[in-house]
Amino acid sequence: MRADRRSFMKAATLGAAAAVAAPYGFVKSINQAWGAQSWLKKGEPIKIGLLFSLSGGLAVPEEDSTLVMQYAIDEINKAGGIAGSPIQPVIVDAKSDFNVYSEKTKELILRDRVVAIFGCYTSASRKAILPTVMAQNHLLYYPTCYEGAECTQNTICTGPLANQHSKDLIPFMVQQFGKKVFFVGSNYVWPKESNKNAKVWLQKAGGELLGEEYIPLGGSEFGPVLNKIREAQPSFIFSTVVGASDIAFHKQFKQEGFKVDSMPIASLTTGEIETRAMGNEFGAGHFLSAPYFQGLDNPTNHKFVEGFLKSKYGKNGTTHYNMEETYLSAYVFKYGLEKAIAKVGLEEVTPRAIRDNTGGVRVEDAVSPEGLIWIDDQNFNTWLKPKIGQCQADGSFKIVKASAEHVAPDPYSIYPDLGTCTADGLKAPDGKVRKSVI
Amino acid sequence: MAIGSFFTTFEWSAFINALILGISIASIWLIAALGLTIIYGAAGVINMAHGEFIMLGAYSSYMLQNFLGLPFVLCVPASFLIVAAVGLVLERGLIRYLYKRPLDTLLATFGVSLVLMQGVRLIFGSDPKYIAVPPIFTSNIQFGFVNISVFRLVVLLVTMAIVAALWALFYRTRFGVQVRAVMQDKEMAASFGVNSDRIYMLTFALGAGLAGLAGSLFGVLNIVLPTMGTAYVVQAFLVVVVGGGTLAGSVAAGGATGELQSIFAYFTNDTFARFVLFVLIVVFLRIRPQGLFTPAAKRR
Repeated sequence: MRADRRSFMKAATLGAAAAVAAPYGFVKSINQAWGAQSWLKKGEPIKIGLLFSLSGGLAVPEEDSTLVMQYAIDEINKAGGIAGSPIQPVIVDAKSDFNVYSEKTKELILRDRVVAIFGCYTSASRKAILPTVMAQNHLLYYPTCYEGAECTQNTICTGPLANQHSKDLIPFMVQQFGKKVFFVGSNYVWPKESNKNAKVWLQKAGGELLGEEYIPLGGSEFGPVLNKIREAQPSFIFSTVVGASDIAFHKQFKQEGFKVDSMPIASLTTGEIETRAMGNEFGAGHFLSAPYFQGLDNPTNHKFVEGFLKSKYGKNGTTHYNMEETYLSAYVFKYGLEKAIAKVGLEEVTPRAIRDNTGGVRVEDAVSPEGLIWIDDQNFNTWLKPKIGQCQADGSFKIVKASAEHVAPDPYSIYPDLGTCTADGLKAPDGKVRKSVI
Repeated sequence: MAIGSFFTTFEWSAFINALILGISIASIWLIAALGLTIIYGAAGVINMAHGEFIMLGAYSSYMLQNFLGLPFVLCVPASFLIVAAVGLVLERGLIRYLYKRPLDTLLATFGVSLVLMQGVRLIFGSDPKYIAVPPIFTSNIQFGFVNISVFRLVVLLVTMAIVAALWALFYRTRFGVQVRAVMQDKEMAASFGVNSDRIYMLTFALGAGLAGLAGSLFGVLNIVLPTMGTAYVVQAFLVVVVGGGTLAGSVAAGGATGELQSIFAYFTNDTFARFVLFVLIVVFLRIRPQGLFTPAAKRR
């Protein structure tokens, strides 16, 4: 071997690479390579990540999720925390940018070592971070409504699925207003999947679809779409427009001369916070299907609304379904983690263990502002009671239809040939089980 | 409209409405671009903070309405003055030193846009604000099958008024002659006794003020958020680049792109219309890179 610089550099590089890579031959996951560490330690706070948009167009629905999580964490910590340890949130601003969601997820898992992530609102952001969450076998609490058609072993969802809100809303609107519908949505996966579901419900209710239009996410020019709607003359509009675009849609709907009494907009997302942002005269008369409204009349909700709005987190002035579902997810986490600690011990708890122990967890009437809910032990979505509300002139919602029974979450309700989602994976009709299906 | 088909079936009444809507979209894009046209045309400054000036206009309207109780029709010219003042301060404080360095102005104005966005967010919060307008502005006018919302008509009239005022300013006043002289050759104009620095300062303030005025209108049409400007700045730049940097160019470019966007959106859908429009703009710039009507001046 020649004793010159080139061969020395070669040998040194190879040696260093071998030294760094050696531990990976013995351990399975990247965060275990340089010494396996437990996620939770005795005496240390429990770290969780809050991954919501605090700026940009998506801040309209998402900012309250971070604020209500902080409120719930304060509540839980005041009552003694979880197994004696307080919860410590790591708050991230995702800036309504999907790249930021992905980067920050990696940071939260690998650098901050949070034991669970609470995050996302749009399905696009959820799909952006799921590959990372699944690869790290971590845990995502997705606290809002979505379209289903997923069976991962790393998510817990506290919002309604398509068969828990649009399944009621479409037949109700057909009954009240007429058979002809026009679908308008933002251009990404959730509105498209929701519309697929809605078409099935519409057909069952005997309705007729006149048109389907999509606006770019964040877009605000609804003139051409409203022109087409005026041409088609539907009985009502089914809207899956989200974020700041939703506000522009409702404003331009009224400004172009459409009458809300004869052609209302029925949506799955336009709640109290959007109505507040657009102004009550633009929101009044439209319909929303959600499991929670601020005006729900039960003692837990009154306590929640008063407590939250009076606290330092209540600056946006209303409570709505999206942040209430986030509030529930904090308690679902608490109960799930307590069960996991009782089962395997504090130091052995992993995010996956929390998820596995959350099946069947109940949030009782005394804690849940929308009433009793529980987590399905197979697909880890929520059993809840759907409700339909109409926005009143003062911005509050009046409940016009409420389900008497809890409805089971069914993520593959319009895809029966794909199988059913079980705790271990998606079980196809022929018995094969596939994991991590998104 | 047949479901499942990509192309809309043709209906005269809806098409005529789409044409009228195209004029409205054109006026929105044009009024967003006018301030940029003046700043770029006169001083050659690429102002990346233009979207934030629009946003400041919307927030000025909101503040004037909420804290001073000013009616909306007065908020619009007041926003012009407030944002013009901000532009003046910016020009004196920062842009003035960077006229000979266009790449640095790009970076500096980008930095300013970030500062303005976050500053507004810190002061006002990131929740959307609500601007109240007189009820007449939330209704629409109908002649037979032709339908237009009153507020879109207002934006169109304001745009036409501003274009007329700008034309009069640049071609009928002494100030306008000085601006055109400075546009052609700054040093020669200075040697003839024109205070070039002052002209640059005033045109920058004028451009900023126009952006503010546009913003106060957009706050009603759209939504008032710290990030609202970013949606308009791309359109504004497209109109200025396709137009070539002159007033006539921007008017023509705004009119053409807005009308085309509406027509394509009528026949297909919004997303595809956007795509086709951008492709056409790229093809156009390949054929004629200087834009529609370039100023008769030395190349920068």
